[in-house]
Amino acid sequence: MRIRNLAAKTVLTPTVLVMLVCFYGCAIWTAYLSVTRSAMLPNYQFAGFGQYIRLFATARWNVAWTNMFLFGVLDIVGTLGLGVLLAVLIDRQVRFEGAFRTIFLYPLSISFIVTGLTWQWVLSPTIGIQNFVRELGWSDFVFDWIVRPDRAIYTLVFAGVWHQSGLIMAIVLAGLRGIDREIWRATRVEAIPSWRAYLSIVLPMLRPLLVTCVVLIAIAVVRSYDLVVAMTGGGPGYASDLPGKFVVDFAFERANIGQASAAAAVMLGSVLTVLAPYLYLELSRRDR
Amino acid sequence: MGPPVRIGRFGLYAFLVGMALFFAVPLLVVISTSLKSLDEIRHFSIFVPPSSRDFAAWWKAWYAACTGLNCGGVHVGFWNSVRILIPSVTLSVLAGALNGYALSHWRVPGADLILLALLLGAFIPYQVILYPLVKITSTIGIYSSLPGIIAVHILFGLPVMTLLFRNFYAGLPDELFKAARVDGAGFWRIFVSVMLPLSVNILIVATILQTTGIWNDYLLGLIFAGRENQPMTVQLNAIATTSTGEIEYNVNMAAALLTALPPLLVYFASGRFFVRGITAGAIKG
Repeated sequence: MRIRNLAAKTVLTPTVLVMLVCFYGCAIWTAYLSVTRSAMLPNYQFAGFGQYIRLFATARWNVAWTNMFLFGVLDIVGTLGLGVLLAVLIDRQVRFEGAFRTIFLYPLSISFIVTGLTWQWVLSPTIGIQNFVRELGWSDFVFDWIVRPDRAIYTLVFAGVWHQSGLIMAIVLAGLRGIDREIWRATRVEAIPSWRAYLSIVLPMLRPLLVTCVVLIAIAVVRSYDLVVAMTGGGPGYASDLPGKFVVDFAFERANIGQASAAAAVMLGSVLTVLAPYLYLELSRRDR
Repeated sequence: MGPPVRIGRFGLYAFLVGMALFFAVPLLVVISTSLKSLDEIRHFSIFVPPSSRDFAAWWKAWYAACTGLNCGGVHVGFWNSVRILIPSVTLSVLAGALNGYALSHWRVPGADLILLALLLGAFIPYQVILYPLVKITSTIGIYSSLPGIIAVHILFGLPVMTLLFRNFYAGLPDELFKAARVDGAGFWRIFVSVMLPLSVNILIVATILQTTGIWNDYLLGLIFAGRENQPMTVQLNAIATTSTGEIEYNVNMAAALLTALPPLLVYFASGRFFVRGITAGAIKG
């Protein structure tokens, strides 16, 4: 008997198997480890939710977990705000559009490690902005957020916005260019000022695209690792720690598989919380 | 155009130029500091342009920068990254093209489910599956080796690459495919003689996306590559966070620039392809 489309199936079989084992199998594996007594070595005996209780009683985790929301909200607002603003301004038929776009987007091509180190240097009190302003003559100027435990997490936002708002600009600009010209003609006939037109007509039309942008940034926040490693190393102390770094440190440096798995499972839960309603809306919108 | 409009335009350009500075200055600071001597860094702010053009720090970063006791410079990491990059990009782009093709014109049962599984897989944070993957790769004996890191890059490239190609191939007219079928061409023949020649643009987009993505990777290289194959990003971070004696900012910044240079060149050379890749990769993946 001849199997239909044998070649296509043969090509897809390894992909499907690898996806099942390495993505879904491993995610379930981690989730299971989080409800065992695993410590330095994995232990496969079910032990309830003790790991989670211990995790949320750990000071460092609570800092990382709170930081995720602090960093996340500010990063989303900053990146989306700046990205949309840049897209709208460039959409106003500016000259040198190509040059502006190229400059706004280049940070996205470099590694988060380079971005993090660069901003670490720019914000360093000894060689960066503080030092520069003092040399200009304002000798008691202070801008030392990156070494202050209560401020370090906010410095990540500068770098995050710098790195990613070009992406939002590119996505939104593509959306703006797809807006029907008739709509612009209608706003001109009605003598609506262009800022009003963007705010109440054009951007609301792009709402699905903007929601996509928010989801993308939010998921990037949950995953973030490189940026915080290069910029603050999670410090001072663990003041700017994030869940993504907590998991890697606990799994590989501290060799605490149980805690790392529980933290990883919380990360997965966070991503699904953002993703599930979004995908549901997107897919039902496409079916219509 | 009346005066208010002109003032408005002026404000618009002033703001755009201001933002361009915000984006450009950090890179300019790194470039200018990498050209300074340590003495100059000690006495002048990093925002002051260099008084001379001294490539000594570049030379030192490339050949002699230290991570702990290893003072081989970032050229070691550079070549490791190249060795990781070439097979990873080639194989993951190829795998994506084949999978995307098989999922578009060939009726495969459960294709929608596979696509959904890929889409969801693209969003799973690395950290969630890192530890089990270490277990799996060490069981099959490739953990902490070149084949190991390459396999992991191909794995994590699968969802985005497959979806990218599948969306492209699904957009091609079905008549094209049917005509080739009528002529008696099979799966491979159609792929090689019909689909690939039409895929030049999407292949470039995919290659750029994977090249910058894999070059810039840090976490996977740190965990799966092993000491002998540390990619450039891992080495750079180790150099920059090594704190014995006086910090040689000029060398560290030269090392950062050297690490950023390959993807920056790709970006400046490829312009629109890069934009297409990241927006498609971001939205579809």
